Amino acid sequence: MTREQRERLVVIGNGMAGTRVVEEILQRDVHRFAITMFGAEPYGNYNRILLSNVLNGSQRSEEIFLNPLNWYSKKGIQLHAGVKALYIDRQRRVVVGQPMRTTAAAYGLDGCEQTAPRCEAPYDKVIIATGSRPFVPPIEGKEKTGVFQFRTIDDCDQIAAYAAQCRTAVVIGGGLLGLEAARGLLTHGVEVTVLEALPQLMAAQLDAEAAALLKEAMEQMGVQVLLEKVSTHIFGDGRVSGLQFADGSSFATDMVVISAGIRPIVEIATDSGLTVEKGIVCDDQMRTSDPNIFSVGECVQHRGVLYGLVDPIWEQAATLAEVITDRNPDAAYTGSKLATKLKVMGVQLASMGATKAMHPDDEVVVYREPSRGVYKKLVIRENTLIGAILLGETDTAGVLTQMFTLESALPERRADLLFGSSSGAPILSVFDLPDHAQICNCNGVSKGCIKEAIQVGKCKSVTQLGAHTKAGTGCGSCKSLMLQLLEVYAGEVVEDPSEHYYVPGMPLTKPELIAAIRAFSLKSVSAVFLTLANGKEDPGSKAGLASLLKSLWPHEYEDERDARFINDRVHANIQRDGTFSVIPRIYGGVTSAAELKKIAEVAEKYQAKMVKFTGGQRIDLLGFKKADLPAIWQELGMPSGHAYTKAFRTCKSCVGTDFCRYGLGDSIALSQKIERRFQGVESPHKMKLATAGCPRNCSEAYVKDLGAVAIEGGQWELYIGGAAGGSVRKGDLLCTVNTHEEVLTMMGRFMQYYRENGKYLERTYGFVERLGIDTLRDVLVRDTEGICARLDEEIAAAVAAYKDPWAEATAPVTAGQFSAPVEVQVREREAVHA
Amino acid sequence: MNTDMTTFDERAERRWANGKTSWRSVDLGSVEVIPPGEGRTFVVQQTEIAVFRQRDGQLFAVDNHCPHRGGPLADGIVGGGTVICPLHARKFDLATGRCQGEEMPLRTYLVRVVNHRILLELP
Repeated sequence: MTREQRERLVVIGNGMAGTRVVEEILQRDVHRFAITMFGAEPYGNYNRILLSNVLNGSQRSEEIFLNPLNWYSKKGIQLHAGVKALYIDRQRRVVVGQPMRTTAAAYGLDGCEQTAPRCEAPYDKVIIATGSRPFVPPIEGKEKTGVFQFRTIDDCDQIAAYAAQCRTAVVIGGGLLGLEAARGLLTHGVEVTVLEALPQLMAAQLDAEAAALLKEAMEQMGVQVLLEKVSTHIFGDGRVSGLQFADGSSFATDMVVISAGIRPIVEIATDSGLTVEKGIVCDDQMRTSDPNIFSVGECVQHRGVLYGLVDPIWEQAATLAEVITDRNPDAAYTGSKLATKLKVMGVQLASMGATKAMHPDDEVVVYREPSRGVYKKLVIRENTLIGAILLGETDTAGVLTQMFTLESALPERRADLLFGSSSGAPILSVFDLPDHAQICNCNGVSKGCIKEAIQVGKCKSVTQLGAHTKAGTGCGSCKSLMLQLLEVYAGEVVEDPSEHYYVPGMPLTKPELIAAIRAFSLKSVSAVFLTLANGKEDPGSKAGLASLLKSLWPHEYEDERDARFINDRVHANIQRDGTFSVIPRIYGGVTSAAELKKIAEVAEKYQAKMVKFTGGQRIDLLGFKKADLPAIWQELGMPSGHAYTKAFRTCKSCVGTDFCRYGLGDSIALSQKIERRFQGVESPHKMKLATAGCPRNCSEAYVKDLGAVAIEGGQWELYIGGAAGGSVRKGDLLCTVNTHEEVLTMMGRFMQYYRENGKYLERTYGFVERLGIDTLRDVLVRDTEGICARLDEEIAAAVAAYKDPWAEATAPVTAGQFSAPVEVQVREREAVHA
Repeated sequence: MNTDMTTFDERAERRWANGKTSWRSVDLGSVEVIPPGEGRTFVVQQTEIAVFRQRDGQLFAVDNHCPHRGGPLADGIVGGGTVICPLHARKFDLATGRCQGEEMPLRTYLVRVVNHRILLELP
């Protein structure tokens, strides 16, 4: 369709609302409209919310543009920049505009170049998005040089330029904008005073107590605040030199910034004969009294309410786009609940809804901590939040906003709402993240992308999100964040039964699967598929099944190598280029000159691409060809370090009592004993261990899957479930014992319990958190289930079954286990069936 | 492996042989060079081809390089007509070469067992 054939849409106003609605429309239907926009400012669209940053110098004005001028041409939009729309000729269906004088304020009542030729834009539909202008109280002398308003980029530039020659400045208006203007002015080296006509600051958002604390905070930052000061007169000889107040007092100042609220810009609607009260009256479809003319933004009066915040305006824009593109002609905007999170002068402040009880039955919860300037207040009605103020500390603002707008039922413990839940409150941090924040660091999936999958894609479980966005399908450590996002944005999390399957390809939980395997005496992965899945193999389930079968049938398990991941077939770790890394076992991280020589020779002979120390105090030889592995192992003459598999990996240590002057226990000997005992023991996921000779924790034992820490008195503390990878967690203290042998026993007992009860690929930190340290202490230390002796026996059997996998160097298990790619020749041959 | 011909798709054969009396094929050796359920890499005219032998007897052949980040697919886990790349777990349908998601499909080759030997047919 050519531009001429399309419906003609004229958008009056090129600010955040007008541009947003155009973007929303284009997203739904690029071809529907030929769009013309009028903008009184000579620029593209910028983020007006960030103007205070421009004033305080933390951002340059070009940084706050959302839509630069070339955006309009790229989208095929005809933009009349610097042209004010004067009126809508509803008979002829044209919008009439006239260029502005370059010096005029965009929001001024007049400002058009009267002699300039008018331009006309014919329309089928009009959207009025004229926004608002600063409210200027009736003060004599407001036309004097040095009096400014604060609304546009031009205002910012002029204020900054003038402030350079001033010593003092006054801001009239102690609301949000006024305080932001004051913050901005401070950076220009003037003494700033805020004048407020009411007895408190930010009367719309704060109660008197919070406002008093805010005033204190502002004064500490160098902004003087004068309350109940009604300015009547600005005096000065051409230039501002002071102010006269209604109470008879006066105040000297070099400049004045008026920021006393905003008023909707409605003249075009009035002049075009549309219904206007406080604002342009619109119905739930954002339609004015003329069915072909719509309006959106701060100029709108909807159900008697005017909005001056961005969120409601985004909602209006989305509704209007649905209606005007006929995507959903009945879409309705039904009003917004107002919640703001403000950062005024570096003060943390969030406010929503009511600031005080308005009904005798309203419940008010208040927390005060004057020394830190913290004040928190909740106003609750019928167990829903109808208002809140958080000052000085806004950690829970995200979840409060959510509960406020959704009118959700509140937790019984109100303190959770003020300080986060006692179980830690990650939900808050997820909610507070910006949309561009990356949630899945493996696949680069942002919060916004996940949010969209939840809200638009209707994903209701972590699995569905994974299929939709790939989030959580890498290392999986972001799954808890995904769950929280689901809770916040879907309101509900559908339990996806597959999340409880032991392996993805078989609809059975671990206990169900174990029962079935036992019932049919299934000893191999292929037997499991044949019996439980009609012979349909699922490659994604093979390794998990192999791991389970091996632990169920330690002696009778039929090891089918195709069920193993490549690392476990060739006992080395595959690298990004398809080569393998080799990490020989070095017990406790203690090696010798002779061993190092051998390693060096092998590295040279087989051209290791890199030789590196690992995080687990081992030596990693990287970049070997698969075919060279057997020879490398033989020449090393050292056992496998198991650095490629779900098993006991390493036990690091510090130098302990042998050398360290702080050492309390022999951590080296212990780590070597641990490593000799548990090498090769397989488990649901890898186990990394450490021993520390004292609580200084140089070997990081507190954050290992299992860690032993020597303490005064010759004792050892045993920590379990620590992590310092993608997730960081300090291990929980399982028990304190007296000897190395006891450490080995308790470690083995925990390992066996984890082997039996851990989910496949569940690290110990997840396992310990899932079961809880109290339960684990009961079972493993107090033996409440009477299974400790059995656990000890089972782990002893697993230890006894240890075989160095690198022994396969001389006895490959499968044909071509380590073979290099086979070169073959091509020859002509006859067709078999012609 | 009951019969040598069970692995060959007759339709594919007819389609492929249509109008031709001869074609180039490559003898990759005894079927035993690939352990059941695994894959091995063969180099044919400088191209690495991964050949898989499923436990049910079906054979598949595809380019060895994963289009995502070049992972060696012959080292992947196989089953149910799919292979999982060992590097980042991209999953490919071995019959069509297609992958869930946006990646380019893999090139596939006809492969069958004749007289207990693996024959790879080249276009």
